[in-house]
Amino acid sequence: MLTVCLAALLPLPASAVPLPGNPSRGAAFYESHCGACHSLDANRVGPMHRGVFGRKAGSVPDFHYTRALKTSGFVWSAVALDRWLTNPQAMVPGTAMGLRVASPQDRADVIAYLKQQSGAGK
Amino acid sequence: MIDGIAGTRRGILTGGAKTLSAAGLFALMGSSGSALAAANPSQDAALLNAALGLEHEGIAAYQLGAESKLLQPAVLSLAVTFQGHHKQHRDDLIAAMKRLGGVPVAAKSLQDYAKELNAASLKDQAGVLRLALKLERGATNAYLGIIPSLGASDLHTLAARTACDEAFHAAILGQALSEAIPQKAPLFG
Repeated sequence: MLTVCLAALLPLPASAVPLPGNPSRGAAFYESHCGACHSLDANRVGPMHRGVFGRKAGSVPDFHYTRALKTSGFVWSAVALDRWLTNPQAMVPGTAMGLRVASPQDRADVIAYLKQQSGAGK
Repeated sequence: MIDGIAGTRRGILTGGAKTLSAAGLFALMGSSGSALAAANPSQDAALLNAALGLEHEGIAAYQLGAESKLLQPAVLSLAVTFQGHHKQHRDDLIAAMKRLGGVPVAAKSLQDYAKELNAASLKDQAGVLRLALKLERGATNAYLGIIPSLGASDLHTLAARTACDEAFHAAILGQALSEAIPQKAPLFG
């Protein structure tokens, strides 16, 4: 039976929609904060991020996800990423991702970068 | 030009590490926009396992650098020293995980890490140092970033302390690459 994380699926109020982001600042933030575990094109400690926008969470081939994320049932979007980066443990209890990005602008910037690298919204 | 680390430069950077330690702890205090997580051993174990994966990769990265034959003797010695620090971090994480009842993740093969880190693209000492610097900076921020998610307070200390080590490594590597010292603080977190 597929377990769906309800917390991940709850809609966010309009005030929680991410700020506009700068992909260039986001690229720098990605390298300095995400790069220890993630790459765009290789699975490392964390899964690769190329094409993350529109991808079902926990679905990158050949990566060993926690059961929590693999069965979470949501699709990565700007809103989902913003919630995730704010507090991944709250969104998907049991995930191995623990890094929180406190600044809304930093989150917006890295989301804009990931969106650009996904070819989304061009 | 990249050269060995001079004694005076090491002295300056050793003094700077104290500031980095304070900065690391201050970043922890400043980032508490959300409350620290409640104690949850299995959740903490999952987070520590991700950190352990990071240390495995760091150990492998320094191994790849050492085996590349691209490093001058003084830099090779530095790489081996830093690798030793990461092995201690690995052992500390494994011990913490076992106390939590977790199962530590195993390291991948060196060939796997070589592929994931694109080691074949490393052509000179500067390239090896830039890769190491990127990983150390990322590790510093990763350890600082997971502190609010860790439930047990002793793990907050473990993560902060380890972040300080990674920041020290980053400072040394940045100096070896003659990178400009950032003018704006905080430097991490």
